[in-house]
Amino acid sequence: MFENLQDKLDRAFKVLKGQGSITEINVAETMKEIRKALLDADVNYKTAKAFTDDVKEKALGLNVLTSISPGQLLTKLMNDELAVLMGGTVEELNISANPTIILIAGLNGAGKTTFSGKLANYLLTKKNKKPLLVAGDVYRPAAIDQLEVLGGQIGVPVYTDRTSKDPVAIAMAGIAEAKKNGQNVVIIDTAGRLAIDEGLMKEIAEVKAQTKPHEILFVVDSMTGQDAVNTAKAFNDRLDFSGVVLTKLDGDTRGGAALSIKSVVNKPIKFIGTGEKMEALDVFYPDRMASRILGMGDVVSLVERA
Amino acid sequence: EKTKEGLFSKITKAVVGKSTVDDDVLDELEEILVNSDVGVQTTLKIIERIQARVARDKYINTSELNEILRAEIQSLLSENNSNDFRNFEYGDHKPYVIMVVGVNGVGKTTTIGKLAHKLKLAGNKVVLGAADTFRAAAVDQLKLWAERVNVRIVAQPMGSDPASVAFDTLQSAVANGDDVAIIDTAGRLHNKVALMNELTKIKQVMQKVVPGAPHEILLVLDASTGQNAIEQCKQFTQATEVNALALTKLDGTAKGGVVIGISDQFKIPVKYIGVGEGIEHLQLFNKKEFVDSLFK
Ligand SMILES: Nc1nc2c(ncn2[C@@H]2O[C@H](COP(=O)(O)OP(=O)(O)OP(=O)(O)O)[C@@H](O)[C@H]2O)c(=O)[nH]1
Ligand SMILES: Nc1nc2c(ncn2[C@@H]2O[C@H](COP(=O)(O)OP(=O)(O)OP(=O)(O)O)[C@@H](O)[C@H]2O)c(=O)[nH]1
Ligand SMILES: [Mg+2]
Ligand SMILES: [Mg+2]
Repeated sequence: MFENLQDKLDRAFKVLKGQGSITEINVAETMKEIRKALLDADVNYKTAKAFTDDVKEKALGLNVLTSISPGQLLTKLMNDELAVLMGGTVEELNISANPTIILIAGLNGAGKTTFSGKLANYLLTKKNKKPLLVAGDVYRPAAIDQLEVLGGQIGVPVYTDRTSKDPVAIAMAGIAEAKKNGQNVVIIDTAGRLAIDEGLMKEIAEVKAQTKPHEILFVVDSMTGQDAVNTAKAFNDRLDFSGVVLTKLDGDTRGGAALSIKSVVNKPIKFIGTGEKMEALDVFYPDRMASRILGMGDVVSLVERA
Repeated sequence: EKTKEGLFSKITKAVVGKSTVDDDVLDELEEILVNSDVGVQTTLKIIERIQARVARDKYINTSELNEILRAEIQSLLSENNSNDFRNFEYGDHKPYVIMVVGVNGVGKTTTIGKLAHKLKLAGNKVVLGAADTFRAAAVDQLKLWAERVNVRIVAQPMGSDPASVAFDTLQSAVANGDDVAIIDTAGRLHNKVALMNELTKIKQVMQKVVPGAPHEILLVLDASTGQNAIEQCKQFTQATEVNALALTKLDGTAKGGVVIGISDQFKIPVKYIGVGEGIEHLQLFNKKEFVDSLFK
């Protein structure tokens, strides 16, 4: 049944237990288990392979300290490596322009509309901004209502045009509205779309071309599996987005997709969603995500104390 | 158009003409299956079966391999002894009550709209129950679907008790002589105990109106979800005795391979697949077609 990465690693590290040094043989065996565990965490197949190969090389070059077991050493090494891969430092949003235009994009149901509301709330309450939400999803039933309800909850105005079916025109009108009313951030919600839907991808590329956003955030469900790589790449090829938002991290997914996305498009993950409420937004911490994917926050702190 | 290299051609290259399955070949097979979200455990199961066949039959040609692989995967999907469902009609219960559950954003409400359409076309009187009273504009969304399909909907204001909406819906279905009642529920992550308990309560309340209801508890899974879908299935089944699955968003590049392991492990059949956002984009699951799509 469901085994988390921690169980797997514990089992994998048994191979190393009692052995004084990291050798080609024991590290290979362990890496195989770790690779499997990464795959269970939904890390992309190629990414997992490259990562374990890399860690293996580094591990073999290490001198084993007497105070610490090879297993623990390897654990810490992995966590550090992963944290570096996840981005190293916290990346801030670029919101200096007036008005700052932020375009939100992603697959169906990823959490774009909810995130748009959360971001507006964050900018209003934490960054002292005057945001305007723009309802650019003209397809999903009640998408406009949804954004209006969220805007109402957080006290942020929402620009809508229920007579229009043209997201580009709506976005441009929204920006004009913001300028008129002195709102200094414009957050444009868009419809969910598949990366292979040529018509809709063209449409969002056009929204980008016309509105010239300062930030384009790609919103992705943290439970996504192997397809995360294809989708992130396709959206990035089309939009050259500036950051990633990982949603639904209040669940129990390991979130390996985060690593895959980072490694395939090399764009910073800027925010995480941790609930349905408007306050459930956090900035992204690469080291925390690394520990989550590995499922071994405890082990790391143990090693750090040793 | 889907641009992935043909999976089958990759496997063929890796296995055909060899009398033993060497490690490179197994790695290749593993990559192909894992890339479709089949998961390591289920992948190993499939690989073991292929290995056993190769050891026994010594030499495998392309068409044989094709058959063997498909057959092995199909058999994992069939181990719940279920046949594919053949139509959108229901016989025994009136009203036949369907409760739709799943994590956030997988496509529950949309699937309900599409299913209502199919059921109506098959000659059923359908009523929808808007028991997602939590997510912003969830009731409005279902109302628009009811309008689109032209079926009745029972709703209360946002924030009402979802169990009470379900109760009302079934009473209304009985009074109106409806054939099918479909209850929408709010998306919830399976690790939230209070929300999972709420589902159990909604279910129990329905039994006060229609004994045996809900007859179908449909867990909606998003095809792009990875291994977390297994835990979703486990937890929702514990809370509500899920007895059918719907796999949505198969019109994308995600393969939904995780249902192979789920179907094998939990013995719950996949009943419907979603292949788009439109009213017509719901199909009955077909094992053979699904397995074929993994190799496209
Ligand atoms: N638990 C949890 N739920 C979330 C989170 N973010 C969004 N959701 C939920 O996920 C579901 C989908 O969110 P939406 O914001 O409607 O997603 P979307 O990307 O706008 O969807 P489309 O516009 O249909 O493509 C809703 O039920 C949200 O409440 C999160 O961080 N945690
Ligand atoms: N491409 C595609 N999109 C789908 C499919 N099914 C649903 N969607 C889209 O996925 C998004 C979420 O669908 P909903 O029906 O609102 O999902 P839900 O599970 O009810 O969401 P919550 O109630 O917020 O938990 C919407 O944009 C739908 O149009 C499908 O089969 N294919
Ligand atoms: Mg939306
Ligand atoms: Mg819904």
